[in-house]
Amino acid sequence: MAEMHAEVAHAHHAPTNFISKYIFSLDHKVIGKQYYFLALASVVVGIILSVLMRLHLVWPDVHIPWLSALSPAGAPGGVMTPEYYLSLMTMHGTLMVFFVLTTAPQAGFGNYVLPIQIGAEDMAFPRLNMLSFWTTFLGFVVLMAAFFVPDGPPLSGWTAYAPLTAIGSIAGPGEGMGQNLWIISIALFCVGSLMGALNFIATTLDLRTRGMKMSRLPLCVWAWFITAILALLSFAVLFAAAVLLMLDRVGGTSFFVPAGLIVSDRVLSNHSGGAPLLWQHLFWFFGHPEVYIAILPGMGITSHVLSTFSRKPIFGYKAMVGAMMAIGFLGFMVWGHHMFVSGMSPYSGFAFSVMTMAIGVPSAIKTFNWLGTLWGGKIRFTTAMLFAIGFVSLFVSGGLSGLFLAQPAVDVYLHATYFVVGHFHLVMGVAAIFGMFAGTFFWFPKMFGRMMNETLGKIHFWITFVGVYCIFMPMHFLGVTGNVRRYSTFVDDFLKPLIPLHEFMSIAAFITAGAQLIFLFNLFWSMFKGQKATENPWEATSLEWTIPSPPPFDNFAGKHPVVYHGPYEFGVPGAAKDYIMQDSHETVPAT
Amino acid sequence: MTILVAALFLAGCSKKESTETSSEESSSMPAAAATPIDQSTVGEVTGKIMFQGTKPKLAVIHMDQDPVCVSKHSEPVHVEDGEVNDDGTLPNVFVYVKEGAEKYTFATPTDAVTLDQNGCMYKPHVVGLMAGQTLHIVSSDATTHNIHPLPKDNREWNESQPPGAAPLDKVFARPEVMIPVKCNQHPWMRSYIGVVNNPFYFVTGADGTYTLKGLPPGDYTIEAWTAIGGPSGQTQDQKVTVSPKGTASLDFTFKS
Amino acid sequence: MGLAIALVITLITAASVYIFAAHVWWLPVDISTHGAGIDRQFILTLVFCGVIFVLAQLGLALFVWKYRDRGDKRKVTYSHGNNRLEATWTTAAAILFIGLNLMGYRIWANMHFTGAAPGALQIEVQGQQFAYYFRYAGPDGKFGPLHVDKVDDATGNFFGLDRDHDPDSKDDIVTATLGIPVNRPVELLLRSKDVGHSFYVRELRVQQDMLPGLEIPIHFTATDEALKHQNGRYEIVCTQLCGLGHYKMRAFLQVMTEADFEKWLQQQAASQ
Repeated sequence: MAEMHAEVAHAHHAPTNFISKYIFSLDHKVIGKQYYFLALASVVVGIILSVLMRLHLVWPDVHIPWLSALSPAGAPGGVMTPEYYLSLMTMHGTLMVFFVLTTAPQAGFGNYVLPIQIGAEDMAFPRLNMLSFWTTFLGFVVLMAAFFVPDGPPLSGWTAYAPLTAIGSIAGPGEGMGQNLWIISIALFCVGSLMGALNFIATTLDLRTRGMKMSRLPLCVWAWFITAILALLSFAVLFAAAVLLMLDRVGGTSFFVPAGLIVSDRVLSNHSGGAPLLWQHLFWFFGHPEVYIAILPGMGITSHVLSTFSRKPIFGYKAMVGAMMAIGFLGFMVWGHHMFVSGMSPYSGFAFSVMTMAIGVPSAIKTFNWLGTLWGGKIRFTTAMLFAIGFVSLFVSGGLSGLFLAQPAVDVYLHATYFVVGHFHLVMGVAAIFGMFAGTFFWFPKMFGRMMNETLGKIHFWITFVGVYCIFMPMHFLGVTGNVRRYSTFVDDFLKPLIPLHEFMSIAAFITAGAQLIFLFNLFWSMFKGQKATENPWEATSLEWTIPSPPPFDNFAGKHPVVYHGPYEFGVPGAAKDYIMQDSHETVPAT
Repeated sequence: MTILVAALFLAGCSKKESTETSSEESSSMPAAAATPIDQSTVGEVTGKIMFQGTKPKLAVIHMDQDPVCVSKHSEPVHVEDGEVNDDGTLPNVFVYVKEGAEKYTFATPTDAVTLDQNGCMYKPHVVGLMAGQTLHIVSSDATTHNIHPLPKDNREWNESQPPGAAPLDKVFARPEVMIPVKCNQHPWMRSYIGVVNNPFYFVTGADGTYTLKGLPPGDYTIEAWTAIGGPSGQTQDQKVTVSPKGTASLDFTFKS
Repeated sequence: MGLAIALVITLITAASVYIFAAHVWWLPVDISTHGAGIDRQFILTLVFCGVIFVLAQLGLALFVWKYRDRGDKRKVTYSHGNNRLEATWTTAAAILFIGLNLMGYRIWANMHFTGAAPGALQIEVQGQQFAYYFRYAGPDGKFGPLHVDKVDDATGNFFGLDRDHDPDSKDDIVTATLGIPVNRPVELLLRSKDVGHSFYVRELRVQQDMLPGLEIPIHFTATDEALKHQNGRYEIVCTQLCGLGHYKMRAFLQVMTEADFEKWLQQQAASQ
């Protein structure tokens, strides 16, 4: 092990010029920040899109002059057309799921923190690491380009169901060049994620420092490691699906297009023998593990932060690791619960339903253990801690609504209503973002050497926490009434009485979106003007807190830390302080 | 930094887009080196479009899915393709000069041709206009339509027009007879657009007659198109000679 | 701060529970024979989840408030967990979750594992961008074959029938409204002409995707309840994103007495 470390340490030296230091950097810390800022740029665009959608939903005639400059056809005179609404929705979903939820928690924080937490100088394959970021970045640029093609961005949703997406522009606006760009972007993203996943797995398995047994890994490392395995297995499938879809569009194949389609009075005679359901299977074989790819790192960060600020060991470390493994494993067997009404065999629907209920068990274990961690603790309400607590609350709320949708007999009514939108936004969207906020406030001192402003952080937390409940809880009520999702306007009489509730949600959304400016200001202001951070401002135990803030280029200044303890030794009876660092020589009583 | 790069990239993209549009427009300009038309010698072609056979039974259009459409009609509405006038002539036939007018050039008319969507039907059912001329699409309905032309030689587009939205002004760059137009939200809605390179075209009405005026003397191929006889309709070509200030007579007869 | 979080979480919990419990926004009327089972399972799940929701959120609120750092000398409970507790809640969660699921099994089985009752009225439903059309077999009880090259929406031939040459097609009735008789089993054969669509009637508690290349059967029976509301007229909406007019893709379900249904069908036949 020691020789290997030496090798890695000499694999590259601290770069001296700007380009190799900040742009084409091999340093995991710079790459982690690059991913973080890529996610930040994506989330800003994503939130602007959601504000536009919420505006259009309640005030369909509102004029937004700059929108017509962006897309003269999509928003003639600044008024959004129904198809442009769908395009914005598609771009919102794609940006958020891929470039935010998959990027920041895993590739961003994981890249920055994981090598340090296991006592390594860098990731196992720094060049691959750089390549994975730039591939992902290229995917982002290609996706953004879809805003500017004459036909407009794709409108098929982030799920891109075939054959709508497989037959080209005859299917409607956005299904020409926009959809091509979407597929290319997703394929690039898959490649980037696959390279990243390989790197994470190799790094966790091979670059742990002396004494860092798997059973001493911080839970966030476990989360990143398991997520990487999920990403490796699922993005490979999505990549294949994207290639097949592209071939259907431009290569004359028929993987997803059956014979005899008549679109807008025209017979598509160049296709036969394809199966639209195949796309759904391939997509959700990726799509469901993807949900856990988004949320597992948040779970890891939350566990880490909850234990640190409760000043108490994590409750049930092994159960937590086991639960994450179970979630990862079962996560590959539940994709069919997205397809109860798709025309798939009702027998498999039943089987998928049982597996889905089973995956609720490890999720429940996690929640119980978080509560167990808080129990008997001495909670310090830092902003990071507030967001971690918020994560638990949101995860419970969003997770429970999943129990409705997991049952085909209930899903048959709630499927494709706002109930689903509320469910996944709470559990994989907002909860995961709370994980990111917790991570940001927690690791910012290490990443930038300065503290974030706690007062601004708390104001931001309160508005966001109450705000997201005001936006997403009512979606469940809407779903119960049968309000269908992905509608740009409520034409039918049935939905008209629901408009006041939609207005309430829209206003909550505008306030919540506005509150994110506080966060952005806090982030950039603190980067330059924040109070200087000490080595270990949170009195935490993991290895990143044993080195200066920000860390030197090779993290441990040429030394190899030796680990003696698990990551959550807080409140140890008889210890000098209320925490024992992982590399401390102090002894811990056996438990 | 990322934003900067993205912005640069995007700026490049939008520029490309604008040049594309302009090149498409310029290609619609008539070719130069034209033979001028002597207005003092022009003649005309006139005639009648007849239908032979049993009148097709016209199905009733069921608009049940959109109460806005239903409310606009007190009588049952029948499909328009296959309509025959009481005297056995055909309405909605597009007659135009197919060959013979190439040596002349014609300024693209600056006035627009209007296509209205009223009662979830296109008014008129058959439209003629010149390549490069503006098609002004308006909606008199309190419901959303989408206008989806299905051309072979022109660029396909498909845009929604919600109630109260601004009219759409569109141009077809290349001549094409006929371009079907569809509204996917009211699938029965169909209009046909004849795009030609000269001003010599006519759409027959309730009397089934046509007149092509202002033709310089010479030999021409006249084509007539009708929707009767299948989804893409049928056409007939006939040759005719126009003498100075003369009136040539040319009738067409279609079977179902 | 601990108290503030505890209060906010409690308030959010109370408000959510109240809105669900008071039925401020609630399920629409149920007009199908199988709907009651779905509603029962929904309410059962709601109560089950509601109890867990309240316990978990209030537990969180309580712990956050009770175990806040008050700056005193209290020592934290030094514990790495409790295997017995872990085993207990794992088992409990597994039994409850799987049990809840099995309770809904019969409803799903009734909807899908058995076919329509013999003598059910068969109606073909075709989705296209962005409309539904319905086909009844007519007096001969046979659906005529479909020809893709005959499809012409502008002349009303949405299905591609060749009435001149196919005897079975002659009496087929194509409508834009789904008319069904009350209390008689109905079997719908769902198909799509172009892209994926869905058939969703809230009040029927029926939702099923329609896919090109597949004919998916579903069956249900409308109850007398159907005639008591909205003159028996209910919305059919598309729930599978199908393009720019997705939000406008709908049709109406008209539930009628057997006599009215026969009369209506004859009227429809006359206007073919």
